Amino acid sequence: MRYIEETSVMQNMNKRLFRNKLWKALFLGAVTIALASLVILLYRIVTQGADYLTWDFMTNFASRFPEQAGIKAALVGSLWLMLVVAPVSMTLGIGTAIYLEEYAKKNKLNDFIRMNISNLAGVPSIVFGLLGLTIFVRMLDLGKSVLAAGLTMSLLILPVIIVASQEAIRAVPKEQREASFGMGATKWQTIVRVVLPAAIPGILTGSILALSRAIGETAPLVVIGIPVILQFLPDGLLSSFTVLPMQIFDWAKRPQEEFLFVASAGIIVLMVLLIIMNSIAIFIRNKFQQRY
Amino acid sequence: MKQVKYGTLAATLTAALFLAACGDDTENTDANATNDAGEETAETEATLAGEVLGDGSSTVAPITEGLVEEYSAAQPDVRVSVGISGTGGGFEKFINGETDFSNASREIKDEEVQKLNEAGIAYTELELAYDGLSIVVNPENTWAQNLTLDQLKKIWIEDGTVKKWSDIDPSWPAEEIVFYSPGSDSGTYDYFDEVVLEGADLVKAATLSEDDNVLVQGVRGDKNAIGFFGYAYYLANKETLKAVSIDGVLPSGETIASGEYTPLSRSLYVYVNNESVKSEEAVYDFMKYTLENAGEMSELVGYVPLNDDEYEAGLQLLEGLR
Repeated sequence: MRYIEETSVMQNMNKRLFRNKLWKALFLGAVTIALASLVILLYRIVTQGADYLTWDFMTNFASRFPEQAGIKAALVGSLWLMLVVAPVSMTLGIGTAIYLEEYAKKNKLNDFIRMNISNLAGVPSIVFGLLGLTIFVRMLDLGKSVLAAGLTMSLLILPVIIVASQEAIRAVPKEQREASFGMGATKWQTIVRVVLPAAIPGILTGSILALSRAIGETAPLVVIGIPVILQFLPDGLLSSFTVLPMQIFDWAKRPQEEFLFVASAGIIVLMVLLIIMNSIAIFIRNKFQQRY
Repeated sequence: MKQVKYGTLAATLTAALFLAACGDDTENTDANATNDAGEETAETEATLAGEVLGDGSSTVAPITEGLVEEYSAAQPDVRVSVGISGTGGGFEKFINGETDFSNASREIKDEEVQKLNEAGIAYTELELAYDGLSIVVNPENTWAQNLTLDQLKKIWIEDGTVKKWSDIDPSWPAEEIVFYSPGSDSGTYDYFDEVVLEGADLVKAATLSEDDNVLVQGVRGDKNAIGFFGYAYYLANKETLKAVSIDGVLPSGETIASGEYTPLSRSLYVYVNNESVKSEEAVYDFMKYTLENAGEMSELVGYVPLNDDEYEAGLQLLEGLR
């Protein structure tokens, strides 16, 4: 008696091979469509914007003449925004994550808090804009300043940083903490010397990705009413300013076709900034991440 | 090994922070340097310093942008920043006392006046320029060359039916009309609604967009389309769009300024906070600069200037506030 019935295997074989090929083709198609749209987008933007992407473009203020329009105010404004967002959101975010993972007891209230932080990550950004307008711009009377916008953006990306930091802290094996306690270390010593060093690559990767979201986000700033027509650089945290996406949005709305090209040049600058930030995130992850 | 790694990490981060800090330092010192230079000349040329905040209509924005650009060359230490939140959005901030002036493409509404009174804010209305609303159709549209105001109203009003061109005039093709209109937040929409539809609802089938380019593209792409927007947008796109004359009058610089192109020409305004003009030299100076140069600038960006007398009257008003 034979264990394998060759005829029935041969009968099914073609069908199976076909199914195999079909799925492969479908998934390949999915990748191709995603990549093709990305390539088309990049090609359009680069061909439209390249001519306007000169050194003058980087060092001029915005102008009503497309040839003289520059992105200096917006670029410096975006960097100023980061100067507020990075420390505020990372301090609050990592602090919250440490509390939730290391100190908070497992009870219903804390579960409820955890669930809501995850929910917060899905709240539309324009809602954070309304919050920022009410609290920071009006109640605290910070005006349309770097500080008000920075705090708003910090709130926006806070849930993302918290969740990423929690994941990173949770990935540190329990045995390491126990070993540390076994050596007589206190909880604080354990967190600072054992948990955080092991978790920091994950925390930083998550934070930098969240920061690049803050750089590209427009809706909350539109709600706050960040100006786009200005000819100066911010000189402090309470100064008015503008940012890259607002400036690009403004250019893209203009009737003259040349401003579409200027907008494309602005998009290239924004993209390069994002690519640099994401590369730093990838670099940190690859270089410092440990696997247990 | 591990320590080396964290050493590197720490070094990388410190370096990054340091570089960032340096970058800002240089910016600051640059800014300080120019500030110092400005202050030195201050005694001789009466250079001003201060902050001027504005917001408002996207229709007025091109004029303001040009003025701010020119003004910053004349008074580099006055920091003028202007948002583009739309006429209504601008007034909301003006009422809240957040801005010194607010651009508007329509007159202030009664309810906005009331809120300003409640907030205790005294304001002055200054006229900047004229703008004509252009009604545009696709260049392939050979039938609708001229519309009467009644026809225009019949086309744009919401009456629950699907509208065909043949409903307006039986000799026109029996094809559905495609509508493009500015968004309901814009002063242009409000203005059209008021003068053409007399407050009635705009046709629901219309595509609304705050981005006038969407309207331009839409009308350009459909033979049966009709749309309206500011005269400047028509001027910038007049090769690919066709303006419709209203009661026999086409929009042009002359017909708008002379008042012939009624009721579709309108004034553009800037509303200033009296208190700001009085207490802040920079606000007064920028508004003065605005009135002195609005005529020239509005012509450059596609609007129609007022008469010199009218600007002079505005300057008188402004002087009276001090």
